Amino acid sequence: MNAQAILFYVFAGAALGTAALVITAKNAISSAIFLVVCFFNLAALFVLLDAHFLAATQILVYAGAITVLILFVIMLLDITQLARMEGSRNATAQAIGLVLVAIATVLLARQVSESPIGFPESLPPAFGTVEAAGDILFKQYLLPFELVSLLLLAAIVAAVALAHREGDRP
Amino acid sequence: MTPPTLNHYLLVSVLLFGTGVVGVVTRRNAIVIFMSIEIMLNAVNLAFASFSRYLGDGAGHAFVIFSIAVAAAEAAVGLALLIAIYRNRQTADIEDLDLLKG
Repeated sequence: MNAQAILFYVFAGAALGTAALVITAKNAISSAIFLVVCFFNLAALFVLLDAHFLAATQILVYAGAITVLILFVIMLLDITQLARMEGSRNATAQAIGLVLVAIATVLLARQVSESPIGFPESLPPAFGTVEAAGDILFKQYLLPFELVSLLLLAAIVAAVALAHREGDRP
Repeated sequence: MTPPTLNHYLLVSVLLFGTGVVGVVTRRNAIVIFMSIEIMLNAVNLAFASFSRYLGDGAGHAFVIFSIAVAAAEAAVGLALLIAIYRNRQTADIEDLDLLKG
């Protein structure tokens, strides 16, 4: 029984539990709050995987930016209308979908659980630090990195163009 | 209790992904479906990070950063689409969005 195992089970359990709450909560705002908790727990799992820079990015981008964006949109839309929306979808389609998801999950989980592979004890000295991430991003993956900036620019323009009301001054 | 192995992390990733798919299949609220998609993206990021740890290779982290950037772009465009749909149809219920139904 070591500390790392306990932390793993705590954070993994919390991440899975809050993810389940996200998809079952009646209120969209509760879903969004559970989503923040889920992202924090995943950041903790990243720390356990020695990916410290990723954990920080996860909290900044997911728990910070994306969930705030989601909450903003929920508040822009009509909450009472959202609450009325919880009847069930087409029952047959839903049942078929759930069965397929269950089969896929069980098969994948069985495959993954076979013959455990431990993590190597030794790691490169700078593994997971900002230095290592920067080294890879700016040397090995410089072109994709620059393309991502183009993608983000396109996303900003698209978001403004879509959310912009016809007739409004830009 | 043994220290968590690669398989433990991958199992968490699979279960998270399954949860996300169930959310997409069962919910009608477009915003909750959107959140389920974010959960699925995070599950994949977790798998990337665990394989990166297993191989001792930081390239997996670069891929997670790219994936997070794409998720951010997707969030901005997806939510803008939601607002545009809501403005035109006064609904965020995907069952009401059936213009393309034959």
